[in-house]
Amino acid sequence: MKGIIRLLIFVVGLAKLEAHAFLERAEPAVGTTVQQSPSEVQIRFTENIEPAVSSIQVFDPSGKEVDKRDLHLDRSDHALLHISLPQLGVRTYKVVWRVVSVDTHVTKGSFTFRIVP
Amino acid sequence: MKFLSLLFFWLVCAVCEFTATGRAYGHGFAGARFFPAPLSTDDPFVADEFSLPTVSSTVTPDNGGTRDTEISSDIALRITPKWDIEFGESFIILNTSQGKATNGFSNLSIGSKYEFFESDEHETVVSLGLGVDVGGTGGRSVGADSFSTWAPGLFFGKGFGDLPSELRFLKPFAVTGQLGVAIPTSASTRTITVNDQTGERDIEIEQHPDVLEWGFALEYSVIYLQSQVQDMHLPAPIDRLIPLVEFAMETPLNRGPLGPTTGTINPGIIWSGKYFQVGAEAVIPINEHTGNDVGFIAQLHFYLDDLFPHSIGRPLFGGNK
Repeated sequence: MKGIIRLLIFVVGLAKLEAHAFLERAEPAVGTTVQQSPSEVQIRFTENIEPAVSSIQVFDPSGKEVDKRDLHLDRSDHALLHISLPQLGVRTYKVVWRVVSVDTHVTKGSFTFRIVP
Repeated sequence: MKFLSLLFFWLVCAVCEFTATGRAYGHGFAGARFFPAPLSTDDPFVADEFSLPTVSSTVTPDNGGTRDTEISSDIALRITPKWDIEFGESFIILNTSQGKATNGFSNLSIGSKYEFFESDEHETVVSLGLGVDVGGTGGRSVGADSFSTWAPGLFFGKGFGDLPSELRFLKPFAVTGQLGVAIPTSASTRTITVNDQTGERDIEIEQHPDVLEWGFALEYSVIYLQSQVQDMHLPAPIDRLIPLVEFAMETPLNRGPLGPTTGTINPGIIWSGKYFQVGAEAVIPINEHTGNDVGFIAQLHFYLDDLFPHSIGRPLFGGNK
């Protein structure tokens, strides 16, 4: 058993620890309902992101992209992406993201949030 | 001849690879869906993964009840983004109800898998695989066959993320499964025993039927629930759990009176982190031909593509998608 533990420590020690980027949290939160139009969508991932080859898009129910197409990385947190929104109406919006973590792994996903009066 | 068959399969895979235009993400992804590696059945994904150890303990009906404890390791490495090669080996400890204990290694298993269909939109993956248990490489005392067994199979995975929004809390469900045939290269084995006192010879013939190997895993991903459907603000480690139930079955197809289907139903849970997953399942026999006692299986499984993204965790050819 000690041998296995030593082997595991050796393996992990050799590893360059980077990984697939999973969504850790979002604002507005995944599947949430808000009463005011948010000024932006923020998504924090579990890994640092390459913003030049990553994307976040926000669509209204008709499929029209409503974000301001100004995706940018947070200055102090390279796992946090922002994209600005205009004033949005009372509807359900779909956020579609596709990111490349710094080790070049690609992950993607989507979620919705709803604005109610 | 058998190795020529395997070589031919690999060549077909290579040709398909160089003509393919799709993308592969490795590590059990299809679109937004992350599939963990199940413990008791095989998944459809071509990936760089390493299981060490997988520990299982069950009681089989052999010799009036034999506890079968196995410590296994498996490794899969991608040749291209859609084609991998896999190796597996087990150390087996058998304890009969009469108190007799034996141990030894199983036959070496070698396999290869090619992922020929992937739909990100429908979170679907289908692959073809070919495995072989190499006869004579394991210990006869623990039942390792002296002949090889080939096992071509079809593997699939499907996430339910394309369900309508009215059923959104069912979207975290996914199923992976396998359907294959294990084909022994020897139809039967003849064993001759001589009675020391009478000198009588007793000939026992054991038939080796082709066996339909089928099974599936039904899972509910809390990871998917949190990141795609509804943030439930669940704390760690619950937010990375994937409860699942696996069905692993075998049905003899020929050679002598057909035996019943044997298999197990294995409810359990997997926790998936950044670089590895851990899982444990109960192993419940479906009938008395499989066994009468509940066993267990547990596994530590590493994602080599995340641990070593620039060396052994990437395909030999074709880039690291």
